[in-house]
Amino acid sequence: MAAANLPAAFFGDNFGVKNSDLEKVLDTALAKKADYADLYFEYRQNEGVSLEEGMVKNCSQSIANGVGVRVLADAKTGYAYTDDITIKNLELAARTAHYIAQNRPSPMPVPVGQQRGEAHNLYPVKTPVNDVDLEKKVKLLYEIDKFAHGLDPRVKNVFVSLGSEYKVILVASSQGLVVGDIQPLTRLNVTCIAEENGNRQIGSFGGGGRVEFGFFVDHQDWQRYASEAVRQAILNLTATDAPAGTMDVVLGSGWPGILLHEAIGHGLEGDFNRKKTSAFTDRIGQRVGSELCTVVDDGTIPSRRGSINIDDEGTATHRTVLIENGILKGYLQDKLNAGLMKMALTGNGRRESYAHIPMPRMTNTFMLAGESAPEDIIRSVKKGLYAVSFGGGQVDITSGKFVFSASEAYLIEDGKVTEPVKGATLIGNGPDVLTRVSMVGSDLKLDEGVGTCGKDGQSVPVGVGLPTIKIDGLTVGGTRA
Amino acid sequence: MERFDLSQELGQEILGMAKAKGASQGDVVMAESDSFFVTVRMGEVEKISQAGEKRLGLRLFFGNSSASASTSDISRKSIEKLVDDTARMAQVTAQDPHGGLPEAADLASELPQLDLLDEPARAVSVDEKIQIALDTENGALTYDARITNSEGAEFSNQFGRVIYASSQGFAGAYAGSTFGYSVSPVASQNGSMQRDYWYSSNRKFAKLESPKSVGARAAQRVLRRLGARKVKTCEVPVVFDPEMAASLMRNLASALSGYALYKGASFLIDKLGTNIGAELLTVIDDGTIPGALGSRPFDGEGLPTRKKIVVERGQLQSYLLDTYSGKKLGMKSTGNASRSVGEAPGVSPANFYLASGKDSPEKIIKSVKTGLYVTEMIGFGVNMVTGDYSRGAAGLWIENGEFAFPVEEITIAGNLKEMLQNIEMVGDDLEMRGRIASPTVKISSMTVAGD
Repeated sequence: MAAANLPAAFFGDNFGVKNSDLEKVLDTALAKKADYADLYFEYRQNEGVSLEEGMVKNCSQSIANGVGVRVLADAKTGYAYTDDITIKNLELAARTAHYIAQNRPSPMPVPVGQQRGEAHNLYPVKTPVNDVDLEKKVKLLYEIDKFAHGLDPRVKNVFVSLGSEYKVILVASSQGLVVGDIQPLTRLNVTCIAEENGNRQIGSFGGGGRVEFGFFVDHQDWQRYASEAVRQAILNLTATDAPAGTMDVVLGSGWPGILLHEAIGHGLEGDFNRKKTSAFTDRIGQRVGSELCTVVDDGTIPSRRGSINIDDEGTATHRTVLIENGILKGYLQDKLNAGLMKMALTGNGRRESYAHIPMPRMTNTFMLAGESAPEDIIRSVKKGLYAVSFGGGQVDITSGKFVFSASEAYLIEDGKVTEPVKGATLIGNGPDVLTRVSMVGSDLKLDEGVGTCGKDGQSVPVGVGLPTIKIDGLTVGGTRA
Repeated sequence: MERFDLSQELGQEILGMAKAKGASQGDVVMAESDSFFVTVRMGEVEKISQAGEKRLGLRLFFGNSSASASTSDISRKSIEKLVDDTARMAQVTAQDPHGGLPEAADLASELPQLDLLDEPARAVSVDEKIQIALDTENGALTYDARITNSEGAEFSNQFGRVIYASSQGFAGAYAGSTFGYSVSPVASQNGSMQRDYWYSSNRKFAKLESPKSVGARAAQRVLRRLGARKVKTCEVPVVFDPEMAASLMRNLASALSGYALYKGASFLIDKLGTNIGAELLTVIDDGTIPGALGSRPFDGEGLPTRKKIVVERGQLQSYLLDTYSGKKLGMKSTGNASRSVGEAPGVSPANFYLASGKDSPEKIIKSVKTGLYVTEMIGFGVNMVTGDYSRGAAGLWIENGEFAFPVEEITIAGNLKEMLQNIEMVGDDLEMRGRIASPTVKISSMTVAGD
C-alpha cells in the first residue's frame, strides 16, 4: 500500500511518537492479564463551506487529533483516550484501559480474530479537497446557486454545502501490527425549496466519495445534483397524499438500497449476534430471502464513500457475502466479536473517532443484479407504489422491524407509473422482507456517496446499492387509508 | 509543546491577536469535559471508557464577512494557526449585512446561580458506578422469567465547563455535570424477541432514581410488547405516551427555530400571533430552571437565558432565535443561541415542554373506544417544510378504553399542522426527564397503516 509508511511518519514528526514508545505503551496496557491491546492515533481536518440566499455565508474548519487506547480481556473492553498526544498521557490512558482486565475470572487468553488479507490502495487522491484553493470552492457554490435558480422560476431558496475531511490514522496492536491509512472524504449537497401558490416543497441531492475536487467539476456532475434537487422539489408541488396499507412496492435502483442496510445489514453485525439479541441470531444457513437475492458488503470498491483500505482496527477490508441466493451466509465482524464467535475477520471494525470504541459496522452494502428488465418489473404490478428516492431509515434489531422514508414516490396502476405521491415511511420485518422479493432488475446501481450510518451514538460514512426490485407486499405509511 | 489551560484570559488574548490582524469583531468558545461510561451485560462488565477533552473555537468578523475554526490542540503554535486560518477563510465569505455579535447592552451582566454542577459527585468511585449499572440490569433481568437476555445497562457521567469570551466585552464561564443510566432488556416468547429500555438522568448524582426501579420499569415496558401484531389500516385516535409526546415537542421546536423560519424551511413561517394548535397547547421554553438539564446562565452568544411562553392556549407567541436569525426576521434574539465549538451559532431550545393538562393518563386511555397508544417510534419521516408526518410505530392497541394487545410493524401518519390542532386531551403527568418533555397527549385522529 502506497500510504503504508506515511501515517507512521506523520505521527512521529508531529507528536514525537516513536515505534519504541508504542511498544512500551502497549506493554503497559497489556500487563499480564489482558488478551490484546491496541492504540489508535487519529488526525482529522474538516472543512465546510456553505451557501444560502445567494451568499457563501459560512466557512469553517476544525482540526482534531488524539489517541485511543484499548485493552481486551475476555468479552471486556477497557478504553481511554486523550486529545493531548504525549507519552505520559498515553501511559496514563493505558493504565486506565487496563483497569478492565483486573478481577478477570479466568486467566486463559481469548484470541482476538486473526489478521488476513492484503491492504488496498483504493483512493489514491493526489490533492485532497481540503487543499484545493478556497476561492475555487466558493466559486463553484455560486455557480451552482445561479444554475439552480435558472432551472425554474418556482425555485425560491437554494442551499449548497461542500464538506471535506482529511483523516490520517495509525493502528498499533499488541500482535505487532503497525498500520496506517490516509482517508480523504468529500461531499457536495444541493437542497432547494420550490414554491407555488403558497405550497412549498423541498428537494435535495448530492454526492461524493474518497475523491478529488475534479469529481464534481470535470464532468459537470454538480449540474446533475442541482437539476435533481430542483426536479424533486417541483415534482413534489404536484404530489398527492400517499396511500396507506400493504401493497406491492417497486424500489428503484441505487439509494433505495438503504432497505438492505436497515432490514438486513444491522441485524448481521457480529455484536448483536454474539449477544443473541438480533432477529437473525443463529440463522446462518437458513433461508432469509428469495432465490433472487444475493447481498454483499464490500469495503473494497475504489473511491467509494463507504470504502476503506483498512478498518479502524488495522484489518484490510473485504467483500463479504451476507446472503447468497436467499440463504444467510455470514456476519460482519470486528476483532472482539470475531474472536469470541471463532469466526474470520471481515474488515468491518469501525469507529467514529479516537474517542470511540470500534464496533462491527457496514461499508458498502448492496444486492447483486438480477435478470429482469426494470420496465417489466413495473409492468407486472397492478396496483402499488414505485419509490425511487429515500431519506433516512432505522431498525429495531431485536424485533427485526425496520423503516425507511421515501422522498420521491409514485403510484403504479395497471402496470404504469402514474401520479407522484408525498413521501411516506415504509415499514417491514427484516428477516422476511427479502423472502417476498419476486423480481430483481438487471440495473444494479450504487448510491451517489452521501450515506452516514449511526449506531450507538457513532456515525461512520457508508454506501448502499440496489437494482430495481419488486417486493410483494410491504406496508406503506401514507395518510390515504 | 506547552498546552494552555482554558480560561477567560486566554479567550481575551486570542481576541487581541485577532484584532491585531484586522478583525473587527470576534468570539471564542472553549469547552472541556471529563467523561466516563461503563456498560455491563448479563452481570459482567463489558466496556469501561474514561477520557478528558478540550476544544477551542474562534469566530471572526472582518466587517460583515465571517468565518470560524476550531482545534483540540491548545498550544501557542496551533492557536496562531487558528487565528490565521480563520482570518484567511473570512476573506472569501460574503458581506452579510445581518452578521455580527449581539449589542453589548443586551449581554448577560449578572449570571444566575443555576445549580448545574454536582462537584462532590466527582468522588463517586468506579466500583460504585459499575455496581449501579449491575443493579439496574439485575432489576430488569430478575423481574420476570420471560426476560431472557439483555443489550446491557450503562452508567455514564460527564463533568464539563464552557467558557465564552467576545469582543463586545463579555467573558463568562459555567460548569455542569450530568449523570445517567439506562438498561435495555430483551424478552422472548414463542420464539420472537422484543427489546425496550428505561433510563434516569440528572445533573445531581443523588437525584437519580433507584437502579432497581429503573430496571423494573424497563422490564414492564418490554414485557407488554410480547406477542405484538399488526392491525388493519384505519383512522383512529392516537395517544402518545410522555416520551413519544416529547418527540412531537422536539418537532415543534425545530419548526420554530429562527433558521428554519427565515430559510422558508418550516411549516410554521409567518404564524406568529396566530393559532397553530388546540386551546390545550401551551408550550414553555425556560433556560433558568435550577438544576434542570437544559438550563444555562447565558446562551451561545453571551445573552441571558430566560423563561418564555412559546405557545399560549394554541396561539404562537415566540419563535426560538439567536441574534442572526432574529435580525433576519426583524426581531431580537430570544436567548436561544447554541454553539458547537468552532461553528457559527445555531438555535436550540433550553428546557422546552408542553404544560401539564388536567386529565390523568388513565382517563385519556379510557376516553378512546378504538385507537392506538404509542410507546415507540422509529425513522425520520417528518418533513419540516410541509409538516407531513409518517413514522414507524409500536405500542398498545386500545379497545373500549382498555389496553387490548401490543402492536408493531405499523406506521402513523398525518400532518403536524393538523396534529397540533387536533390535540384533544393533555395529561397531568408532565415530568422533566430530559431537556424536552411532555405529558401524555391524545390526538383525535391519524392514519394507522398496517395490513
